[in-house]
Amino acid sequence: MAQIGYSKKVLEHFMNPRNVGTIENPDGYGKVGNPVCGDLMEMFISVKDDIITDIKFRTFGCGSAIATSSMVTELTKGMHIDEAMEITRDAVADELEGLPPRKMHCSNLAASALHEAIKDYKRKEED
Amino acid sequence: MPTPSLTFRGEPMRMIYLDHAAAMPINPGVLEFAKRYLQSDFGNPSSLYSAGLEAKRIIEDARKKIAELINAENETCIVFTSGATESNNLAIKGTALRNIGKGKKVVASAIEHISVLNPMKELQKSGFELTIIPVDSTGIVDIEELDDSLTKDTTVTSIMYANNEIGTIEPIKEISEIVHEKGLYLHVDATAAAGRLPVDVQNDGIDLLTLSSNDMYGPQGAGALYIKPGVRLQSILPGGGQERGLRSGTENVFAIAGMGEAARIAKDEMAQESKRLRGIRDGLISEILKVEESYLTGHPTQRLPHHASFRFSRIEGESILLNMDMKYNVQVSTGSACTSRMLEPSHVLIAIGLKHEEAHGSMVLTLGRSNEVEEIPIITKAIKETVQRLRELTPL
Ligand code: FES
Repeated sequence: MAQIGYSKKVLEHFMNPRNVGTIENPDGYGKVGNPVCGDLMEMFISVKDDIITDIKFRTFGCGSAIATSSMVTELTKGMHIDEAMEITRDAVADELEGLPPRKMHCSNLAASALHEAIKDYKRKEED
Repeated sequence: MPTPSLTFRGEPMRMIYLDHAAAMPINPGVLEFAKRYLQSDFGNPSSLYSAGLEAKRIIEDARKKIAELINAENETCIVFTSGATESNNLAIKGTALRNIGKGKKVVASAIEHISVLNPMKELQKSGFELTIIPVDSTGIVDIEELDDSLTKDTTVTSIMYANNEIGTIEPIKEISEIVHEKGLYLHVDATAAAGRLPVDVQNDGIDLLTLSSNDMYGPQGAGALYIKPGVRLQSILPGGGQERGLRSGTENVFAIAGMGEAARIAKDEMAQESKRLRGIRDGLISEILKVEESYLTGHPTQRLPHHASFRFSRIEGESILLNMDMKYNVQVSTGSACTSRMLEPSHVLIAIGLKHEEAHGSMVLTLGRSNEVEEIPIITKAIKETVQRLRELTPL
């Protein structure tokens, strides 16, 4: 099983990803492509009083890309946006009980997609 | 996460293994035949006492069986190595270096195995001129390009018999005619083809042929290189002078004995087994192509009998592989960048003209002895549901 060397937590998130889908008229939207292997991830957030009240994602990528996006949504749902901006790829990987070294960039992707969504929200707020 | 307990006809569902291109289970008959040669008190084939003579005898017996599988002129044409990688290295470097007086050009197709391409690139670094021949979208070598590229200075041309990622069978006989008209020697990597197609070195016009033990259900740790009488090459592994001085090192008697027996069984059973696997394979292809936006990769008819390969738009291969494994206990393979060490897509898929994101969704099924026709609906259901689930996740 699982020749790739993923932790149980990664496999569990891959098999049962949380918060899959889209949000219509999201308060923030982020989309990032993976420069390393060419994958794609998008995040949608609803924000109230600077708290992330809802978050959804869609990912085209490997098992680790799907698991890390799922984990990011789980970690940051209900979180203040300033705190969510601080989420790093290492934090996501730690929550998943680690990632194989060559899969760390997928974790980066998930964190960046979230940060892009928050920046988008802030931009809209300023307008 | 616990292993999902799936059932099939009331029985716990067993693993369906569809990655025979990566590793093959040793044939129990082969193991039974060869296991006595594992004993460490067994003689060194170079020793003169009786145990050594017995080891030598079994190696010669294996040589004969392998020569028969590929219709070699005689058994002295067969040199044992540690596997296909070493055979490819010996064929390419050994021949190019030995014939350096005749020219310093080497040629290979774009879809050769990395153990052909890397020695070629090494030669290039040391001053050889390397030409890579493109293939068409089905994986067939561009014959005109080949014709144009060959000159009398081309000492080694390496084209595989069939490709293990897309299943395409190359027109070796036609290629052989061109190579012999213009260049010097044709090396053919038959790792994926031997034991599945009736490889005939004399009829096909092959000068050097790579064989792998494990790819014929033999033990890992043995391979062979066929060298046509009169072809001159030099050792790349000097030492005690075993294998006519071409491959020094004490022979791996167990693996060689097993490889010989595997070759004998392959010769006996090939016609029937290939027909059986072709039937399962065709059933799988027609069912799987019913999935929306699915495409066959490789050649539709000039294809290894046990080989089916596809790509699915908008999803990625490692997640296909993982889902098939975790949820359905079905083992498949992929050429996706996400599974490669360098995070680059398979060079074979790029060579047939796929874009990076298309290569991402590749899935390869290679059948073997354990597969049965009853598995077709289980495999197709697993694939359909996997594709559907991953497409629900995709932003594309
Ligand atoms: S998305 Fe390609 S390696 Fe993770």
